[in-house]
Amino acid sequence: MKEPPDRLSAATFEDLAMPLFDQLYNLARWLTQDTAEADDLVQETYAKALRGFSSFQTGTNFRAWMYRILRNSFLSSRTGLKVMVPLDGEADETLLPIEGATPESILIETADRETVQQALTDLPVHFREILLLCEVEEMSYQEIAETLAIPIGTVMSRLYRARRALRELLQKKKQGNRHGL
Amino acid sequence: MACDQWRGKLDAYVDGELDSAEVNQFGAHLRSCPQCAADALARLQMKRSVQRAGNRYQASAQLRERIAKSVASKPSRQAGSLWKILAVPALSVLVLSLAVNLYIGREAARRQRLYSELADLHVAALASAAPVDVVSTDRHTVKPWFQGKIPFSFNLPELQGSEFTLLGGRVTYLAQTPGAHLIYQVRKHEVSVFIFQDRGDDTASLSSGPVHALSFNVENWTQNGLRYFVVGDVGADDIQALSKLLRDAK
Repeated sequence: MKEPPDRLSAATFEDLAMPLFDQLYNLARWLTQDTAEADDLVQETYAKALRGFSSFQTGTNFRAWMYRILRNSFLSSRTGLKVMVPLDGEADETLLPIEGATPESILIETADRETVQQALTDLPVHFREILLLCEVEEMSYQEIAETLAIPIGTVMSRLYRARRALRELLQKKKQGNRHGL
Repeated sequence: MACDQWRGKLDAYVDGELDSAEVNQFGAHLRSCPQCAADALARLQMKRSVQRAGNRYQASAQLRERIAKSVASKPSRQAGSLWKILAVPALSVLVLSLAVNLYIGREAARRQRLYSELADLHVAALASAAPVDVVSTDRHTVKPWFQGKIPFSFNLPELQGSEFTLLGGRVTYLAQTPGAHLIYQVRKHEVSVFIFQDRGDDTASLSSGPVHALSFNVENWTQNGLRYFVVGDVGADDIQALSKLLRDAK
């Protein structure tokens, strides 16, 4: 049997990694849309991270490192291979178009949690993912860039497009509801 | 014209990605431009909705336990069998304390979020061109105005003989719940009073009592199924005085 990792680094890994458990699980569940797959994904992430902990450079962002492992594991899973759509020309969209006034402010105010959850589920996974990293994990653009391994300009344009897509979905749902009445 | 310069940066502003000089300039612009201010607020609300909606899934206790066990620092082999006897209770204490820590951490984060949201509502109202929708110093005008706009009724205090003046009220939202937002003035300072239905959720998880959060003084309590928050940049004494008036209102 291989020598177990020395106690210091194992303890450090545990101290660093376990506080991220809830957040990582939440993200895994959003990505996979399935309980069993989320369980497997989180487990795989922790196992890989523990094994690769010696390659983690202290002083760099541990959270981004963990998320990157989770994400890469997801992308190479069967579900991940199916859902991730390649993005073209995204980096060129760094210059953001100017938006008009936002009358949907009222809409957002009254959109309930379940409606927003449904809309998030309906979004393409790369949009869902970046919104979760930004709003729920409250990552900075820099941290998102590290996690997703994309330039900051792409973070901004993808975030912009993700928010626009979400607003449109919510708007559609709202109109649908109104017609349903 | 100034708008063109800023519109593209609205997202960066609400995401806290501008440097402090830009934040100050943007702040100045927002005060003079209701359109950008409304847009920024809408984006902030959207951010919050996604944040609330996104915190959705919780792992099973078994998964947590399994993973905690797999990454737990392993006792060295030489320590012998005594370790094994101690390890199980030690591990469960560890897992338990970890769970408690996580819980406390989450609660603290939730409280912090709630306070900052209330502070935002307070500041946003004061910064807006029309801080109140019903402008009146008369509680007998303000109270009926809310009828049909929010799903509950409340009592406002008689202010005769106190330092407080009622400026008016508006309907507000916190965690997708409508509520009353009243603005009082004391010695040129505005104080916000928020009243929501106590639904036994997020807001209920707060313990009552005074707090100092983000340089605002906050008091909150529950009374007759309603949750009250008093928020302002005045001293704790003034907050307490207004809270007492509201508690005793008939």
